[in-house]
Amino acid sequence: MSASADPISGRIGSAQLAAAAASPTHASSSRLTAWGWVGQVVRWLLLLACSALFLYPLVWLISASLKPRGEVFDNRLIPQTWQPQNYVEVFAQLPLLSWLGNSLLIAVLAAGIVTVSSAMVAFGFARFRFPGRNVIFGVLLATMMLPGAVTLVPQFLIWNQLGLVGTHVPLWGANLFGSAFYIFLLRQFFLGLPTDLFEAARLDGLSAWGQFWRIAMPLSVPSFVIVFLFEFQASWNNLQGALIYLNTGSATDYTVPLGIASAMTKYAPESGGHGDYQYVMVAALIVTLPMLILFAFGQRSFIHGIATSGRTG
Amino acid sequence: MVTTAPPLTGRSAAPRPRMSRMRRREALTGYLFISPWIVGFLVFTLGAMLYSLVISFSRYQLATDTARPAGLANYEALVTDPKIATALANTLYYAVLAVPLEIVLALGLAMLLNSVRRGAGFFRTVFYLPKMTPTVATASVFLLLLNGSTGAINRGLAELGIDGPNWLLDPAWVKPSIVLMTVWGVAGTMVIFLAALQNVPRELYEAASIDGASAWRRFWHVTLPLISPAVLFNVLVLTIAAFQIFDQAFLLFHRTTTSGASDASLFYAIYLFEQAFRQFNFGFAAAMAWLLFLIILVISMIQMRVGNRFVYYEGGDR
Repeated sequence: MSASADPISGRIGSAQLAAAAASPTHASSSRLTAWGWVGQVVRWLLLLACSALFLYPLVWLISASLKPRGEVFDNRLIPQTWQPQNYVEVFAQLPLLSWLGNSLLIAVLAAGIVTVSSAMVAFGFARFRFPGRNVIFGVLLATMMLPGAVTLVPQFLIWNQLGLVGTHVPLWGANLFGSAFYIFLLRQFFLGLPTDLFEAARLDGLSAWGQFWRIAMPLSVPSFVIVFLFEFQASWNNLQGALIYLNTGSATDYTVPLGIASAMTKYAPESGGHGDYQYVMVAALIVTLPMLILFAFGQRSFIHGIATSGRTG
Repeated sequence: MVTTAPPLTGRSAAPRPRMSRMRRREALTGYLFISPWIVGFLVFTLGAMLYSLVISFSRYQLATDTARPAGLANYEALVTDPKIATALANTLYYAVLAVPLEIVLALGLAMLLNSVRRGAGFFRTVFYLPKMTPTVATASVFLLLLNGSTGAINRGLAELGIDGPNWLLDPAWVKPSIVLMTVWGVAGTMVIFLAALQNVPRELYEAASIDGASAWRRFWHVTLPLISPAVLFNVLVLTIAAFQIFDQAFLLFHRTTTSGASDASLFYAIYLFEQAFRQFNFGFAAAMAWLLFLIILVISMIQMRVGNRFVYYEGGDR
């Protein structure tokens, strides 16, 4: 559930922003003077320097994951001794496959469910008139301002009374009811669909559900991709939820964030671990890969989604 | 903000004593479609808030799942517990450090990207990769990079002749460590600025250039006013996030109760989590949450008040 997003996002003028975000640069195609070229080269050098800073920790991570125990801390970007067998050994050292499986299942459920439920609610707000609609929508926007901390304890107690603490259900269950931020986003999209389309379908005898499922849904796939990707990433990153609901269980029930956190404690020398930190590095890299793959395929959606909604994940 | 959907047909909205059958059907359908959110709101938001309010005035026993009234005791403890003041001061200090830095860096990178003719898409992707990296992975790397003696950051500083601090152990450098980690993922904010910058009409820059405005004046008098809504938005969102900082601090300093972390890394959300889920003081934690809510609300309102004085909205004043 999104607690950090903010209703004022509408003020940026989301439609134009989204259009602008599609093309990454603004510079005109007019001819450059000699000084103009110098300026471009200087900017490129600056961008390259920044890129090096942004990439350094990732390159460091890749190289540390290939080093033997004694050399993890040596800061060499090219390992002195290569130890690719870390990638095999890590699965014997840590229940990494269980963590990946748990996180994948939870993320797919959380994202899939929240996409459908939010779309349904958004369609209700966008397509039908009913008394109190604007007031209810205003309340929905207001809930986005509520910090997650306020409902943290009572939500735990609710799941506790349902006997579901220690299971994976609390990590996706609330998504059945839609999420305010995604409802807001999808409603904006549905409002942009031509009303005539639904009116014609209705006159042809298509039910309200049919209008939603067979007309609105197929037309909204790009928006659904944005919602799905945002929620998938949020779920993959959800450390606090896992700490609250899974921490007491066995290690094989952990999700990726909780698992890696426990591995950090197990191996980091400064917290009394026994020092095989290369396994943490391998595990950290392996759990990053799904996100990078997601980004490779969905980059446009991510950038577009941020520009339209103002949510940065 | 709340816009009305276009009317479905050409019927006039003249007030009628009763809804027609068709309108009633439409309303019922609408309610059915939004019913999942209504149920979720009643249970997980409104219900949870009321529950939280009740708990904050009680002493909650998890073993028996019962709450005994405790009057104002939990709220009094907010004042008497010295750790609350520490946590609040830490959190405020972190926000004051992180938010301006994130804004300046994100805007700087966005302007740089916006001013190159080629390769902006490539660099945007590179800058965005840290944002895709799960926080646990980031933290597991920064735990080593920030190490006072062997860490790459201090080694790099040593090359420049700077004697780096003991980032993770020196209480004075704990917050900058977390700021550094947060700033690494600044690309999300950058993308919002980039989108806003691309909306600034080029003609305005050209007109300003012809009038002889320097680059600095063009930035100050053209760019900044036109992207000011995005600045205010980012300041608000980043401040709210900074006040709830948890993951980074937890992963670097609070993974175990025995880690002996200094009070310098005791942020409000960390203390709230410890009170709720390590000490099981649910009543106290609920009272803490309400205090946080109030603080965030007040700060957001001040920011919006002050911000709206400087923000330029196209299409008249709002």
